[in-house]
Amino acid sequence: MGRFWSILFLLVPVLGVACFVWPMLDLWPMRGHWLPANINDHGAVIDNLFLFILVLTGVIFVATGLALFWFLWKYDAARNPQPVAFTHGSHTLEVVWSIIPAATLVFIAIYQMNAWADAKMKRPKSPDGRLRPPIAEITARQFEWRVRYAGEDGALGTADDVFTVNDLHLPVSEEIVLSIKSQDVLHSFFLPNLRVKQDVVPGMKQFVWFRPNKTGAYDIVCAELCGWGHYKMRGRVTFVGREEFDLWLRQARTDQERAEFKPTVGGAE
Amino acid sequence: MSAVATGQDFAHEHEPAMDVGTFIRTYVFSLDHKIIGLQFLFSTLLWFFVGGLLALGIRWQLAWPWSDMPIIGRMLFSAEGGQISPEFYTTLFTMHATVMIFFVIIPILAGAFGNFLIPLMIGADDMAFPTLNMLSYWFMWPAFICIGLSFLTPPYGAGGGWTSYPPLSAVPEAAPGSAAWVGWIPGPQTMWLLGITFVGVSSMMGSVNYMTTIIQMRAPGMTMFRLPLTIWAMFITAILQAFALPVLTAAGFMQLMDRVLGTGFFLPEGLVVNNSLPATGGGQPLLWQHLFWFYSHPAVYIMILPAMGMVSDIIACFSRKPIFGYKPMVYSISGIAGLGFIVWGHHMFVSGMNPLLGMTFMVSTMMIALPSAVKVFNWLGTVWGGKIQFTTPMLFALSFVSMFIIGGLSGIFMAATPVDIFIHDTYFIVAHFHYVLFAGTAMAVMGAIYFWFPKMFGRMMDENLGKIHFFLTFIFLNGTFFTMHILGAVGFPRRLADPYDYETFRHLQPMNQFMTICAIGMVATQILFAYNFIRSIFFGTPVGRNPWGANSLEWTAPSPPGHGNFDFQPIVYRGPYEYGSPEVDTDFYPQNQPPPSDPARRVKPEHH
Repeated sequence: MGRFWSILFLLVPVLGVACFVWPMLDLWPMRGHWLPANINDHGAVIDNLFLFILVLTGVIFVATGLALFWFLWKYDAARNPQPVAFTHGSHTLEVVWSIIPAATLVFIAIYQMNAWADAKMKRPKSPDGRLRPPIAEITARQFEWRVRYAGEDGALGTADDVFTVNDLHLPVSEEIVLSIKSQDVLHSFFLPNLRVKQDVVPGMKQFVWFRPNKTGAYDIVCAELCGWGHYKMRGRVTFVGREEFDLWLRQARTDQERAEFKPTVGGAE
Repeated sequence: MSAVATGQDFAHEHEPAMDVGTFIRTYVFSLDHKIIGLQFLFSTLLWFFVGGLLALGIRWQLAWPWSDMPIIGRMLFSAEGGQISPEFYTTLFTMHATVMIFFVIIPILAGAFGNFLIPLMIGADDMAFPTLNMLSYWFMWPAFICIGLSFLTPPYGAGGGWTSYPPLSAVPEAAPGSAAWVGWIPGPQTMWLLGITFVGVSSMMGSVNYMTTIIQMRAPGMTMFRLPLTIWAMFITAILQAFALPVLTAAGFMQLMDRVLGTGFFLPEGLVVNNSLPATGGGQPLLWQHLFWFYSHPAVYIMILPAMGMVSDIIACFSRKPIFGYKPMVYSISGIAGLGFIVWGHHMFVSGMNPLLGMTFMVSTMMIALPSAVKVFNWLGTVWGGKIQFTTPMLFALSFVSMFIIGGLSGIFMAATPVDIFIHDTYFIVAHFHYVLFAGTAMAVMGAIYFWFPKMFGRMMDENLGKIHFFLTFIFLNGTFFTMHILGAVGFPRRLADPYDYETFRHLQPMNQFMTICAIGMVATQILFAYNFIRSIFFGTPVGRNPWGANSLEWTAPSPPGHGNFDFQPIVYRGPYEYGSPEVDTDFYPQNQPPPSDPARRVKPEHH
């Protein structure tokens, strides 16, 4: 039975690699079972890092898996006539297999620090050198995303703010900064196609930024448990050209004014 | 002590004229560490079954959302006509995790195996504090009752996730029906908090006992570096418990007060959720996350280190060869434990914690992969050059190594903060911790049950059934959990009752159906295990003291050991891994066997 079990353990690296390569090649029945299309200029670095770690861990996975298989195959008590190697270890080997992984891990840690800083710490600046102001403020609440655009004056909290729910329109090909906050419980603002995720915490105000490079409509996902309706807290983000965006924003403002409730004189309160 | 090695004495010892009082003292409120260990084992295995069924509920919903669950559905959710409602779905995953972590993995490792093995493996007659030991089991019962009661009041179980993040968990209005009180019973979330606190009390009593016992009660000659790795792991785990648990207990009480007394430890000022009264405030939701993970990250190691120790013992035994690098193994266990205290922030990379702090936690998290890697290499080194016996416990132990490699490597993805931005809260994480906790720890526990069963009951479990059980579990678990990595790569989020509303994830339903079928197969396979386990207690082949030819002290005691464990005073001459030593003619060399009288036969200790 030793042969049988060795081969079972050999299947782990073989099928493990196949299970990743198959969707990467976009083959049936795993079409589209891979990283969703990235449309953020700053997101490519995350994908590259993911693939880099995948290759690195893949090599270790296959190497250790093959070693385990080979040892089981070769040293099966039923077939191995050799006496056991009576050894308690090897200091040299311990040093080697401590230092190599340590160096690799430190390298990965340092290598990715810039990507992390770009994604979470270095908020884009305006041409005048100041931090770029948010184009819109998103307030999460059970179970919807409320969007408040700064409007034409570029400042939030003024009379020309435009409000929408679960419908975020943004201009493509420019640095977008969004301010996000929560009104009630924790939520997480997740844009799978832009590799953006940030938990929103009541009592805190945070910023996310990205630079979309493709028009189209994509999902806004809530990625932090926020209650029974967590699954339906779904928004859409639509990227359009700048002119189209300005047009849309003006139109949204007009619609908003029109829809406003204005009590008629002498009417009910 | 009149124990004999036939395994019959367990039943016969007290047979004549056992009155009710004796029975209760012997088997119910027992002070004997072995009975307490078995009490933990039976309780946790029952909860394992409950946790598995809860998991099937989750899987059912993900494969066929909003459709009637066959058989169980009508019984459990009659109000919804057999459907899983969205609020019940939040309960399902919350309680699945809670049951599996707090009622299965932690108590089965420390409670069942820690209790059973520590005195036997160090050559002691019992724990240092037998009464405390008994209480550590009986304090699990208030926890069982609290969690049991939490299922009885709306919304039928806590639904705030096992991480119980406020404000969702702290403000009763945040979840429908999750009132602080339902009649005279506290609401589910309150019961959950009380339950977790009782588990903590139980673990704390256990850990004090384990530390004292291992330090004070070792047999003559049993130096620290002659301890089996199982005991080293249990020792380090007990230290982790003792230092990390008070933080969780305090945090639990703080949340309890936020819920029932209106304090604001975790709520910002003026917070209103669903027309609740404005919060007094002054608190911070992130504070809970820090406190919670300060315990719960070390808890991850509490849930894996004992498994690693037991796997080391099993692998050395069935490779018939000394463990490769005993001291590096001990140091890496200690290294994991030490580093384990400074990595909790990696659960919070995208939580809103200062990103600068994220960098620090990223480096420490990367470093904790190192001792884990050293352990894997040493297991491979142990198998190399051995004479491998493919017994059921060995197969489970080998699968632990094989699966832990996957779980360890996938951890590197999420330690990398930029990658974590994308995969955080997706199925990639779910895949990762199921590879560590199910494919890792649960498989190791299965192996340990097959391995120590003869010592527990004096009878063998059926090897053929065991191998079929292993084979099917191994296939189905990979079918269920490996595919989760792929879902994670698409960004498929956790904890969504119906993810297919999102365009991005709509096409993933067939894969989820495949996973659910595998999960059903996996749970069904455990019936084989239950049958084998129960049947073998009564009808298994009786065995002698040392059926596997193993070295450590528990195998020199009768099977099962009577009260007081050893019918002689064990004296220890060497470490527990001297398999295949040229000093003796057998391929094993028990720790208490005196060295050969002829000095020429003695092997000089190697320097390496």
